[in-house]
Amino acid sequence: MSFDLVTRPHASLGGPASMRARALARVRRRPAALLGGLIVAGFVLVAIAAPLLTAHGPGTRVGPPFAPPSAAHPLGLDDGGVDVLSQLIWGARVSLLIGFAAAAVSMLVGGSLGLLSGYFGGVVDTVLARVIDYFLVVPVLPLMIVVAAIWGPSVLHIIVIVGLLLWTTTARVVRAQVQSVRERGYVRRAEAIGAGHARIVVRHVLPQVGPLLIANTVLTVGVAIFAETALAFLGLGDPSAASWGAMIEAAFSGSAISAGAWWAIVPPGLCVAAVIIGCSLVGVSVEDALNPRLATSHLSRRTFRLIRDADD
Amino acid sequence: MTEPVLSVRDLKVRFALPGRPPLRAVRGVSFDLRPGERLGLVGESGCGKSTLAMAILGLLPPTAEVSGEVRVEGRELLALDERARDTVRWTKVAMVFQGAMSSLNPVVRVEDQIVEVLSVHRVARGRAARERAGELLEQVGIPARRGRRYPHEFSGGMRQRAAIAMALACSPRVLLADEPTTALDVLAQAQILELLERLSEQLGLAVVLVSHDLGVIAQSCHRAAVMYAGEIMECSDADAVFARPRHPYARMLVRATPTLDDGEPIAAIPGAPPRLDARLDGCPFTPRCPHAFEPCRDERPSLAARGGEGAVACHLYRSAPAVAAPQRETA
Repeated sequence: MSFDLVTRPHASLGGPASMRARALARVRRRPAALLGGLIVAGFVLVAIAAPLLTAHGPGTRVGPPFAPPSAAHPLGLDDGGVDVLSQLIWGARVSLLIGFAAAAVSMLVGGSLGLLSGYFGGVVDTVLARVIDYFLVVPVLPLMIVVAAIWGPSVLHIIVIVGLLLWTTTARVVRAQVQSVRERGYVRRAEAIGAGHARIVVRHVLPQVGPLLIANTVLTVGVAIFAETALAFLGLGDPSAASWGAMIEAAFSGSAISAGAWWAIVPPGLCVAAVIIGCSLVGVSVEDALNPRLATSHLSRRTFRLIRDADD
Repeated sequence: MTEPVLSVRDLKVRFALPGRPPLRAVRGVSFDLRPGERLGLVGESGCGKSTLAMAILGLLPPTAEVSGEVRVEGRELLALDERARDTVRWTKVAMVFQGAMSSLNPVVRVEDQIVEVLSVHRVARGRAARERAGELLEQVGIPARRGRRYPHEFSGGMRQRAAIAMALACSPRVLLADEPTTALDVLAQAQILELLERLSEQLGLAVVLVSHDLGVIAQSCHRAAVMYAGEIMECSDADAVFARPRHPYARMLVRATPTLDDGEPIAAIPGAPPRLDARLDGCPFTPRCPHAFEPCRDERPSLAARGGEGAVACHLYRSAPAVAAPQRETA
């Protein structure tokens, strides 16, 4: 975690250890960050431990369709007579896997394009910035639907589709930060001593962009999960791996609503909402904690924090 | 007499701006520098001091057109391609940049930044590089173990020393120091100047010291060149320039410097420097010069050496025999 040493060159007391401690303290002082972290961590743990937590495998029929919640099945059964709680836990695996993997793809694509564009500038920047702008105005969801329909439903395809359409924000944020870092004295000095591009980027530019990239990626996880849910709800999910979106879709098309089986639809919906909120809380807090300037400038999303932070 | 280690001839820098007349930031500067010699470049803001230093290293942006000759140990630098210049840079000519804080990466240990220089130029690596970095730090008066610290844990003077250590990493022959003492208090300033003097004497390092502070130059340089609007107006012995300035600009500059000894009021130089995008035929100082006469407006005075007194570019001294006057731009 070398990136947590950054962005406070004026903080002159103590070494890197205490800087790290203070960055941590800043995260902790925000209950929102803690809450978000707990939510996300909780879901991740549940997804990992799915085989231990579930009595039934995914898609196992255990009773009549839409059986209401009971002691044996706390969240009832769905349209196929599958235990909703077990299915929910198995679904966490799929939804989170797609969310994190798609966010990683978008971090990779957005990060490298933003880096190239901001670092080299000139013609490279002109071309790449146009590409970014172009992707930015593409209506993402309709395009995802079309591509998913053409490529056919599979977890891998969904990851690639979602990842390749969500990188634009990351690219723009990274590009702007790289442009600013690039003009700093020590980057110029590194050029003057004859350091190559790779060395300058890895050593002098990336550490200053890392935190932003991480924060952005966490935010993207939420967006990716949301996008996957939407696709799955529209019937474009992987039929062999039921995500939360697919559960909602199955219950919906199995007329859970007319059967009054709210337990088949509401829990997966709440899970999606909870994970997205968790990711947003973590992402925004990390962004703030690692870039104190955000908290004190007009760029802050929560300028009212200023008053409370003043006595930090 | 020893061969000059750095020899600059008729160096010109033009910034081509789209849709506007080009800016001529440096208009034909020539000087020689021998090993162990310290030359001070002095002048007001925007007179081309820093641009000149950057041009010597080839660090100006691509919009700059640099012409003339820069020879280091007889090797022409301006003709080299990017790759070859990367090698010469720092191994032959190194630079201490204006503002030491910004030239150190805040998230990399000072020692590692010196090691970086060594490994880029394949001088040393691993343990050897680390040891050499320690030696370099000791050489500039920083205990080697302090190299494990980060730049923000250094004082302003120490950062400047670290920047000098970094410049010395590949044992260059020429050191360009761009305002190395700006933003330092007088004590730290004196220490840095002393350090530069000591290094140049011990290592036979030729130093170009860029400053707007006459006192700094007078204290630590052998020779001083007074620059104005991208040209050298007067270049001679540092003591002579400040004790007996001859060019009207140099005279007025010295008089505009506050001193503690005499109660003389500070005399400001009226007017403003010429626009760099304007065509200049005569002496650039003409509009502000109290002694301007007939030829000043149209004819460019050459930087002519007069006897043992150094060179001055002024028509007032035209009667003197012109010796070894470098060719100058007339358009």
